Formats: sequence, structure tokens, C-alpha cells
Amino acid sequence: MKPAPFTYHAPRELDEALDLLRQHGDEAKVLAGGQSLMPMLNFRLARVEHLVDINRLGEQWGTPTFGAETITIPALVRQRQLERSADAARLLPVLTEALHNVAHPQIRNRGTICGSLAHADPAAELPSVLTALDARFTLASARGVRTLPARDFFLFHLTTALEPDELLLEVSFDRPGPNQFSAFREFATRRGDFALAGVATVCEVDSAGVVTACRLVAAGVAPTPQRLTEAEALVVGHRLGPELAEAAGAAAGAQTEPTGDIHASAEYRARLTGVLVKRALVDITEKAHG
Amino acid sequence: MADHTLSVTVNGESYDEAVDARMTLADFLRERLRLTGTHVGCEHGVCGACTVIVDGVAARSCLMLAVQTDGAVVETVEGLAVDGELSPLQQAFKRNHALQCGFCTPGFLMSVTAALREDNVRDEDDAREVLSGNICRCTGYSGLVRSVVDVAKGRSDE
Repeated sequence: MKPAPFTYHAPRELDEALDLLRQHGDEAKVLAGGQSLMPMLNFRLARVEHLVDINRLGEQWGTPTFGAETITIPALVRQRQLERSADAARLLPVLTEALHNVAHPQIRNRGTICGSLAHADPAAELPSVLTALDARFTLASARGVRTLPARDFFLFHLTTALEPDELLLEVSFDRPGPNQFSAFREFATRRGDFALAGVATVCEVDSAGVVTACRLVAAGVAPTPQRLTEAEALVVGHRLGPELAEAAGAAAGAQTEPTGDIHASAEYRARLTGVLVKRALVDITEKAHG
Repeated sequence: MADHTLSVTVNGESYDEAVDARMTLADFLRERLRLTGTHVGCEHGVCGACTVIVDGVAARSCLMLAVQTDGAVVETVEGLAVDGELSPLQQAFKRNHALQCGFCTPGFLMSVTAALREDNVRDEDDAREVLSGNICRCTGYSGLVRSVVDVAKGRSDE
């Protein structure tokens, strides 16, 4: 199939892009990497009257910044770019590990971080990772700029808080301190496929090995990234180890209520989530105590 | 309807063309430039048959609009052989029986060409990772893996 006809816009300035969205928001879509949007257009699962291609916006929108306090990923940062970034590997291993599981290099070369977040596929890796990193989502429109936490950004399957005239301008989060440890685990039948389930976790661990804060977030088991609060509660205030990881995994599996489909039953997905939580926490134990 | 103009360099040649906004790069290459080596399979980014190299990186030409390549440098499978001499990778494919029906071959060649330039293919596992983004329905990938490893290690005499 081919996309239905649309009017193509390639603004060079952010103001121009936001003005186009102000005029055509209800009938417009933003095109960044296009690795989710183009298939939908090709198959006519989505139809747009106006396509606002933001790829010609200035280079600053394609450059991540690793500041002393804040890390910022603007709209046009490609997935592959961060995957290959030494700064990201050092500071954000959870993101690097997750990106390695996002489709294939040819897709990650074009696909953007923010595009995957705005698409909000519940089975995708990045929404859960950015939730685990407690990211702030900056939404821009001609009306102004607002910032939302992940829990207010992801609303449902493929549905976010973005209004029709808004653009996901960037995501940012605190620069991880030396006490932060993170891990990502997923299981997919073949490399590059959507995972049956995935787990991103970011923990603060003190010098005694006790977890002082923990975010455990599952992908693919709910309409949005799901905080595994019961497992988190088990972990915080305790010293990491195999038994704690096992218990947290069991709590996580019990908390999820995934749906079954042709790829895996609901029970299997819940069990798998628990196993992935356990493995992620064992990984963090090794990183923190290692 | 052909209301957008683009200037693009494909395999070293410059083209100025007018296109519809909705024409994909894959269709532009095949139907406008008659470079039919780029194959169209699934049209949603899964099969990899349409993979080309855009500004140095492998990309699905079915998931890009032709108009997006204004000012870009595109390489297709037609650009691999020089003066009728197959590239080392093409020779390795031939030597290792890495193609059967051949439909997926151009995509494999372009994905692997881009990956080898990044110079991070060291062993069979890396080769399988590179190849995982392309689907072949004929082979068990073993000839493909051998070809990638051969070229990565500079082998050409086996």
C-alpha cells in the first residue's frame, strides 16, 4: 500500500513548525524518524492531511546534552546516536541496553527517542526506560511550553497527553549520581521483535548495599508503562541479594495483569515479568556490590 | 500533484526531480530513476529488502519519503560494483552461496555494507546481529554469516 495524499511541510524553524501545528493540529502529524508513523501511513492505518516533517529544524534538536545536573534528549536525537554514545554508555546503561533491543540498526539509524515516546506503543522499550529514569517531558505548542512527568504523559495504547497542536520537544532527567544503578531486561522470540515483556529498573543503592530508592517499570504488560510498585516496596530499605530479587520478582508477576495474545498467554507474560525483574535486580546487585 | 522538487545524489549521480509528497524513497528509486535493484517487500520496515544507505547510514527506503532526501547522498545496490567488478562483499556472497532466489539480496548487501564500514563486526555473533534486520525466506543464513565474517576479516581466497 501507499500513503494517502497529504500536504507535506518541512519547517526550518521551531516557531514555523508550531504554527503549522496550530493551524492544522487536528489533521496533522509530526514526522521525525518515521519508523512507526510511516508504516501506519503506508498501510493507511493512519491518514493525515498535513505532515509536518521536523527533520529540517536546526542541529540543536538533534544533539543530546549531558549537563552537570540534567541530561536532555531533544526531538531529533536518533536512537542509534545514543546507542553509540560513550557518555550514554557511562551514565545511562539502562538506555544503552534498551536501545540495543529496539528493532534493528537500520531502524534505529532513523528512529528518534522522542518519536518512540510520542508514539507510545506499550510494548516498546523506551517509554518504560524513560519512566524508570523519571524523565520530564517537555511539550511545546504556539500557546507555550509545559512539562509533564511520565505518569501524566502516557495515557493509553498509542495515546499520550500531547494535544493536537503540541510537539514533544525534548525529554530530560537528572544526571545519575554515583549511587544510581540501572538495568534493562526483555524477552523477545527473535532479536529485534517486540518483546513479550520487558523491565527497566533504576535504583539508588547506598554504600552499605541498601536500596534507598527504586523504580521498576514493565513494558508490554499494560496499556502504558507500568510501575511495579509492590516489588519496589519490597526492595526499598533492604540490602540487595538473590532472595530479595526472587521475592521482588514474585511480587511483580503477581501485580501485573497482562492480556494474552497469539504470542503468549497472560499467565506466561506475568510470570515472565517476574523473571525479568529478578534478573534485572540480580544485575543491579552485581553492579552495586561488584 | 508532483509539487515538490528535490536534488539528490544517487550512486554518485545528481538528479533533480519533481515528486508527489507521498512517494516513498523506494518507489522513487525504482520507478523514477529505474534503479530496480532496491526491492520492495513488506513496506512497513520489517523485511529489509528495500534497505539503502542514506547519508552514510543504512535505512529503510520504504519508510522514508523521497522528498526527505533533498540534499542527501543515497547509495543503492547498483552502486556497489565498480567498473563491472563486484565488491568484496558481493564476491563473498557469491562464493558462500549466500543468495538463493535473490529477492532479499540487495537489502542484505546494503545493510552489511553500512555495518562493515562501522568496523564493529568481529565474529559470527556480530554478523548475525547485523543480518537480523533483514529477512530471507530461502536460506538458513549460514552462507550470509560466512560472507559477512569473511569480509570483516579480510578473507577472499576461500
